[in-house]
Amino acid sequence: MSDDKACHPAGGDKEAASSEDNGGPHGGDDRAGWLKALHAAYRRRERSIGAAVLSVQLLLLAAFVLLWEAAGRLKWIDPLLFSYPTKIAAQLASSSADGTLWPHVGVTVAETAAGFVLGTLIGTALAALLWWFPFVSKVFDPYLVVFNSLPKVALGPIFIVAMGQGFLSILSVTLSMTVIVTTIGIYNRFRDSEPGLVKVVRLLGGTRLQLFRLVILPASFPVIISTLKVNVGLAWVGVIVGEFLVAKEGLGYLIIYGFQVFNFTLVLSTLVVIAATATLMYQGVALLEKKLVSGGREPS
Amino acid sequence: MDDKSPMLELRGVSHVYVGRKGASLAVDRMELAVGHGEFISLVGPSGCGKTTVLSLLAGLFPPAAGQVLLGGKPVTGPSAKVGYMLQQDCLLPWRTIRDNAGLGLDIAGRRAAAERNRVEMLLEEVGLAGTEGKYPGELSGGMRQRVALTRTLAPEPDVLLLDEPFSALDMHIKMQLEDLVQATLRKLGKTAVLVTHDLAEAAAMSDRVVVLGRNPGRIRKEIAVPEAIRRLAPTEARKHPSFQALFDALWVELNAGEREGGSHE
Ligand SMILES: Nc1ncnc2c1ncn2[C@@H]1O[C@H](COP(=O)(O)OP(=O)(O)O)[C@@H](O)[C@H]1O
Ligand SMILES: [Mg+2]
Repeated sequence: MSDDKACHPAGGDKEAASSEDNGGPHGGDDRAGWLKALHAAYRRRERSIGAAVLSVQLLLLAAFVLLWEAAGRLKWIDPLLFSYPTKIAAQLASSSADGTLWPHVGVTVAETAAGFVLGTLIGTALAALLWWFPFVSKVFDPYLVVFNSLPKVALGPIFIVAMGQGFLSILSVTLSMTVIVTTIGIYNRFRDSEPGLVKVVRLLGGTRLQLFRLVILPASFPVIISTLKVNVGLAWVGVIVGEFLVAKEGLGYLIIYGFQVFNFTLVLSTLVVIAATATLMYQGVALLEKKLVSGGREPS
Repeated sequence: MDDKSPMLELRGVSHVYVGRKGASLAVDRMELAVGHGEFISLVGPSGCGKTTVLSLLAGLFPPAAGQVLLGGKPVTGPSAKVGYMLQQDCLLPWRTIRDNAGLGLDIAGRRAAAERNRVEMLLEEVGLAGTEGKYPGELSGGMRQRVALTRTLAPEPDVLLLDEPFSALDMHIKMQLEDLVQATLRKLGKTAVLVTHDLAEAAAMSDRVVVLGRNPGRIRKEIAVPEAIRRLAPTEARKHPSFQALFDALWVELNAGEREGGSHE
């Protein structure tokens, strides 16, 4: 039937606005001044709410840190187990000063970055394959569902035996977590591309490759980028678990090591480093997303 | 192309949609011929197979039976000779107006400077000068539909298939576009098939109106538009003294068709 329904309905919304008398000087300067004042008041209100939110956030953080510190020093909680902020800060200061922290950070960041970038790329490539060959996608559908619901971390020991105690095993654990879910998500987006846009390309004599290049891929671009963001989180889980298992280097190894020697200050300080690095990475990808997905897209 | 044969021809064409739930006859043994430079309209109740007929003419899929001919030769698939305009503009939101208008040329690999210039000139002709670098989201519905018209005209098709291209627009923009489309097609000497459910639009724009009956789609009646009305631009045609009579004749046919078809549903 009307398979072009999904397209932009050609309603004449903005035409009326553009053809109508657009104010002009005879509208009176006081009207313009009035609008400006209303806008300024709106902006002031926005800013003051923003400032209030930020100060409450900082206050909460400070209160948490202070309470933790007090609880640790006054032995309300076991400091051996839960440590406290100044002890963690001292640990971080010494390990970053003597340089023992940085190799671990470097290894983990490299593994994670490789994990989410490769996971997204491979997942997108597999999704393209499924889109290109509908028969293949029908055949693999149940396998994908089963594999996706499997706790992939359980495959870790197999990867380590097969690929050795190192980067490759950790990457494999990470990819096993990211690739399938990426494939499923992006394939669904490929398949749901607006029928009207597809019809236009077909009517203009486009080939399947042109259809993919001109419509399917660009229409899915925002979804691919947001999948990249989701994969940052998954990759961190995969890498930390992988490092637990391999136990040679990296932030996951530091946690396991701290746990084995009963140094919980090391465990918690490593967690702080992970939180900081993961946030930075996530923000970086979010920034990339903003840059790539702007342009002429409609705000939809 | 053979000039004696009609530009477009349907010979005993039937079309069946086959799906999981069964097979349904959408178009039944249709005979239709459209001459070079002729502008015809297809009107009929919703679901009577108008879009199916256009899709067959465009070569989107082959008919279940019968022959579809373009310039005397069987249609085997979409071709640059046939342009198609949909109810929705279906512009690619991530492409500029210029790139959207030139989509067909890109697909055909026609990237010469002369082709680019022609797109710019077409955009100017439909009143879109100065919007070339903008994106579809920045344009009104009427302007976007003009871009869609340009995109359809840019590969220089001989035939235009128009599937309710004005039905989603406000009244005055719709009438502006009707005039624009008719004038443009007439100037370029294109053959056109317009699908519409607006009888006044059909009467005002075309040389001949084909009324379809419903379920399955077949031709009920063909009504030629009098020369006096045909000459005029659509907005003027609507004011012509004999326009009402033409409209009434179409109205009677359409109603009769709907009653007959409705009985066996
Ligand atoms: N892709 C399709 N699959 C199955 N049935 C369809 C399909 N497209 C249209 N039909 C059916 O064919 C008939 C004619 O449809 P269509 O050509 O879209 O009518 P119109 O354009 O006149 O409204 C309708 O009964 C519709 O339900
Ligand atoms: Mg239709």
